[in-house]
Amino acid sequence: MGRINLTNIDRAYGRMKILHDINLDVGDGEMLVLVGPSGCGKSTLLRLIAGLDRPTAGRIEIDGADVTDVSAAQRGLAMVFQSYALYPHMSVRQNLAFGLENIRMPKGEIDARIAEAARMLEIAAYLDRRPGQLSGGQKQRVAIGRAVVRNPTAFLLDEPLSNLDAELRISTRAELAALHKRLATTMIYVTHDQVEAMTLADRIVVMRAGRIEQVGRPLDLYNAPANLFVAGFIGAPRMNLLPVKVRSASGGEVHVEGPGELSAAIAADGSTLRPGDDATLGIRPHDIELSDGGKGSVEAQVTLAEALGPETVVHATIAGDNRLVAVLKSQGIETHGRPISLALPPKRMHLFDSAGLRVASR
Amino acid sequence: MSGAATLKEWTGAALAAPVAWLASIVNVPLKAWQRATGTGGMAAFFLAPNMAIFGIFVLVPLVINFFYSATSGTAYFLQDRSYVGLEQYRRLLDCGSYLDTATCREDLFWKAVHNTGLFVVVQVALMTVVSMITALILNREIAGRSFWRAVFFFPVLLSPVVTGLIWRWILQRQGLLNLIVHDLGGEPYNWLTDRFSAFTAAVSVSVWAHMGFYTLILLAGLQAIPRDLYEAAEMDGTRPARVFWRITLPLLMPNLLVVIVLALIRAVQIFDEVYVLTGGGPGTSTLYVTQYIYEIGFASLLRNPGLASAASILMGLVLVVLTLLQLQVGRRGERKGQRE
Amino acid sequence: MSGVVTFLTRRRGGRGWHWTDVVSWLWLFGGLVIMFGPAVWLVGSSFKTPAQLAVFPPTILPYVSQQAAVEGYDKPLTLYRVKLPDGSTKVLAEARRVGIVAQMVDPQAPNDIVKINIANRQPVREIGFATENYTEPFVHFDFLRYLRNSVFVTVMATLITLLTNSMAAFALSKYKFRGRDLTMLLIVGTLMVPLSVILVPLYSVVGAVGLLDSLWGVILPTVATPTGVFLLRQYMLTIPDELLDAARMDNASEWQIYWRIVLPLAAPALAVLAIFSVVWRWNDFLWPLVVLSRKELYTLQVGLNTYAGQLNVQWHYILAMTVVTMIPVVLVFVFLQRYITSGIAGTGLK
Repeated sequence: MGRINLTNIDRAYGRMKILHDINLDVGDGEMLVLVGPSGCGKSTLLRLIAGLDRPTAGRIEIDGADVTDVSAAQRGLAMVFQSYALYPHMSVRQNLAFGLENIRMPKGEIDARIAEAARMLEIAAYLDRRPGQLSGGQKQRVAIGRAVVRNPTAFLLDEPLSNLDAELRISTRAELAALHKRLATTMIYVTHDQVEAMTLADRIVVMRAGRIEQVGRPLDLYNAPANLFVAGFIGAPRMNLLPVKVRSASGGEVHVEGPGELSAAIAADGSTLRPGDDATLGIRPHDIELSDGGKGSVEAQVTLAEALGPETVVHATIAGDNRLVAVLKSQGIETHGRPISLALPPKRMHLFDSAGLRVASR
Repeated sequence: MSGAATLKEWTGAALAAPVAWLASIVNVPLKAWQRATGTGGMAAFFLAPNMAIFGIFVLVPLVINFFYSATSGTAYFLQDRSYVGLEQYRRLLDCGSYLDTATCREDLFWKAVHNTGLFVVVQVALMTVVSMITALILNREIAGRSFWRAVFFFPVLLSPVVTGLIWRWILQRQGLLNLIVHDLGGEPYNWLTDRFSAFTAAVSVSVWAHMGFYTLILLAGLQAIPRDLYEAAEMDGTRPARVFWRITLPLLMPNLLVVIVLALIRAVQIFDEVYVLTGGGPGTSTLYVTQYIYEIGFASLLRNPGLASAASILMGLVLVVLTLLQLQVGRRGERKGQRE
Repeated sequence: MSGVVTFLTRRRGGRGWHWTDVVSWLWLFGGLVIMFGPAVWLVGSSFKTPAQLAVFPPTILPYVSQQAAVEGYDKPLTLYRVKLPDGSTKVLAEARRVGIVAQMVDPQAPNDIVKINIANRQPVREIGFATENYTEPFVHFDFLRYLRNSVFVTVMATLITLLTNSMAAFALSKYKFRGRDLTMLLIVGTLMVPLSVILVPLYSVVGAVGLLDSLWGVILPTVATPTGVFLLRQYMLTIPDELLDAARMDNASEWQIYWRIVLPLAAPALAVLAIFSVVWRWNDFLWPLVVLSRKELYTLQVGLNTYAGQLNVQWHYILAMTVVTMIPVVLVFVFLQRYITSGIAGTGLK
C-alpha cells in the first residue's frame, strides 16, 4: 500500500510563505509528477512528505495514518536525491546496506536484497567500487538501488535526472518508467522538465509560487490547460498566446477578434463573457497549418524559419509585435520578412478570460 | 608482504572495533534523547562538551579577570582576597614620566612595556621584510619550490623551549657563533650577557622561529595574483620594479596587512623562546610583558596575582585594539576582493 | 646528470643568469643553512662528551678520545700523540697531570714515566658518538617520566580536542537553532584571547575545580580550541546537506549521521587539526609551567627548562634531551608538513 494524503499543508519560513494550502491525494501505485518552475515549492513539498521538514500547518497521512509528526526514518519512504547523495566514503554495497543495517536487518537478508537490486538495476559489476569511481549514469542507478532495497511504501524522487546528459536522460527516463511498472509502488517525482512529466506521469501536479495550478492526467493538461500558466508550461514549443477581444458570446459559441484581422468563432461556454471583454486566445504551434489565405487565416511576417527536416519551425509576427511560432509539416518555407498565410483551426483554439482562466470548451 | 598487510589490517580492525562498539553503545541513549527532544535537542547535545569546557576555561576566567584585578593579596581564590577597587591599576599606572621607568612605582612593569614596545617595532619590521623577500623568491620559477618552502617552515614547528635552547647553545661562549667569529679572526664574545646583543638575539631568534608561517601566508597571496596580469605587464614592456610596486604590492596588500597585524599581536605576547634564551636578562633588558605577568603572578617571592591580572587586562586591551584592527583589515581586504 | 643541472638552473624564460637569480639562490641556500644549521649543530653537539663540549674552538663533528687500559692503573687512560724532545712522535697515555706538565706512560712499558709539556701533545681522537648522553638521562633523571607525561598530555588533549571540536562544529554547521550565530560569535571572538591575558584567573579556576598539579589541569583548558571548531566548521559546511538527508531517510540517528557520515567525510580537516593539536600540545610551555609544581608531573618542555635553568648546566644531557624533544616535531615535519602548509594557506590559522 502507498496512499499519501496531504490536507491543508502550509509551510512558511519566518514570514515567507513557501506553500499555500496544499491538498493532494496520491493513490496507491501511482506515479505522480510534481512539476513547476524553480522556486515553486515542489521540492519543499517533497521534503515535507519525506519527513525531512515539517509543515507549519496541515496534515500528512500515509495509508490513513497521520504521520505529520513522525520522523523521516519511521515513515517507510525512500528518496532519490538530485545530487544522488551517495556516501562517498562507502562502497556501493555499503551504500545500499547502510539503511538496512540501521534497522538491524539480518545480514543474510541484506545480502539477498542487495543482490536482487543489483541484478534488477545492472549494478552488480561495481558493487565494490566507491561512488567517486562511477559515471553519472551509474551513480544514478546506485541511488535508485539504495531506495529499492529499502522496499519502501513509496519512492520520492527529487529531480533524479537533472544531472545526466541529454541522451542518458532519455534512456534513464524509460528505465524509470519500466521500473515503476514492475514495482507498482507509489512514486512521487519532482521535476522542472515538462517533458519528463508528460512521459512518466500517471498524473501531473503543476505548481507555481507555492500553489497547485492544476492536477490531471498528462493529456488532459495538454488538451485542456486550466489557466494561462499551465497552458504556457505544458507542451513544447510553448503554446502561442494572442490578445483578443470578445466580439460576441452566446451559450455555445464565442466570437473573438485579434491582431492581423484574426477572427474566429470558438465553441466554448461564453456565459461569463461579455462583448468587448479582453481575452487570450491560445493555439499550439503544432496545430497551426499553412494556408493559402482566405477566411480563418492570418497574415504573418516570417522572422526566422528553422528547417528541422520533418518539420519547419516558423517564427513569425502578426500585426507588428505579436509573436507566433508555428510548426509546419512542410519544407521550403521562405525565410525572413516574407509574408505568410497561416490557418488557425478554431477547433484547436483555447480561450482564456481576462483573469487567465480557461473558458470551458463546448 | 601479504603477512604485513594482514597484520596492519588486523591492528586497524582491532583498534577500530572497540571504538565502533563504543559509538554504537552511545547511540542507544542518544536515540532516545533524539526522540524526546527532536533535532534541536541534538544540537544542544553536540555543542555541550565543547561549550562546557570553553565556558569554564575561557569565558569564566575572562570575566573573573576583572574582579581579580580589583583585589589584593597573595591568595589565588577570589573569596580569600580583599577588594581594593582600582588600586592595582593606580599602582601600575603611577608614573612621574612614562618615558622614564625610574619614576614609576612599578618600574619593572614599565621596563617590560618599554622593552616590549621596542621589541614589537623592530621584530615586526624585520619579520615582514624577511618573510616578504622569502615569499617573493619562493614565488619565482625556482626548482623544488615545495622543498624550499618546507625549509623555511621547519623552525615554526619547533617548540619555543627547543628553539631557545638551540640558540642559547649556539650563542654561548663556546658556541657555534664564536667558532665562526674565531675562524674569521675575531675574539669570542659572550653574546647573551650584553644588553644590545641579547636584544638582537631575542629579535633574530623569534624572527627565525616564526618567519616561515608569515612567508606561507604571503606566498599564498602571491600565488593568487593572476598570471595574466604579469603577462599583460610584460607585453606592455613594464620594468620589473614597476611591476612590483604597481601590481604585486597593491594586490598583495590584504595579505600583507594580515601578516603585519598577526605579527603585531604575536609580538606583543612574546614570551617562551626569549624566556628560555635569556631568562629576561641580562638584568631586565629582555624582560617582556608576558614574563612580567608570569613572574609577578606566580614565580616571584613578592607575588601579587591582582597586579598581574591588572597588567594582563591592560595587555588584553592592546590586543583587542589590534584584533579590531585585524578585522577591519580583513573586511577591507574582502571588499577589495569583491570589487575585483 | 646534465639534466639535473638544467633542472636546478632553470630560470625565468630560459634566458641567461639575471642578477636576481643569483640573489635568489644565495638567499635560498643561506636560508637552508640558517634554518637547518642550528638543528644539525644541536644534534652533532648532543653526541659530544662533556670534555669535548668544553673545548674551544669547538669541532664540527663529535670526537671521542682514545683510551687504553694500562697495567697498574685502575681506570683506562686517555691516549695522546706526543712530540718527544728528540723530535719523534709517539702515542702515550696520560697518567697524571700537574699544571701544564703531564706525566705520560707508554702502554707497552707502563713503568717509564715521561714528563711532557701539554702544548706538545694532541689527544688521539676518532669520530665517535657519546651515546651515553642519551641513555644516562633515561636512567638517572626523571626524563622518562617527563616523556611519558608529555605523550599522555599530547595524546589525550588531541583526542578530546578532535571529539569535542568536531561535535561542536557539526552542530554549528548542520543545525539551525536559536543562538547559533551568538555561539559562533562567541567562539570567533575568543579566537584571539591568548593564554597570557587570562593566565591568573585561569589558574584560580583550575584550582577551584581541583586540577592544579595534575596533568588533566594541563589538558582540559587547552582542548576547547576555537581554532579547531572554526576550521572543522568551515570544512563541514562543504559537506552537502543532501547527504545528511539521505542518511535520515536511511533510518540513521543524528549520532550515527555524525559518527558514520560527517566524521569520515571530514577526515582531511580532522587530520589537519590532529597534526596542529599534536604540535601545539607537545610544545606547550607557559601553561604547564604555571600549573605543574610537582616535579614528577613535569612535561618535557618544563623539565628541559628546569634543567637548563640550573646553576650547573649539564649541557651534554640537555642537548641530548632537546634532540629527543625535537624528534616528534621533526617527524611531523618530514611526513605531514604538506598538510600543515595547506592548512595554513587555506585558513590563515596557526
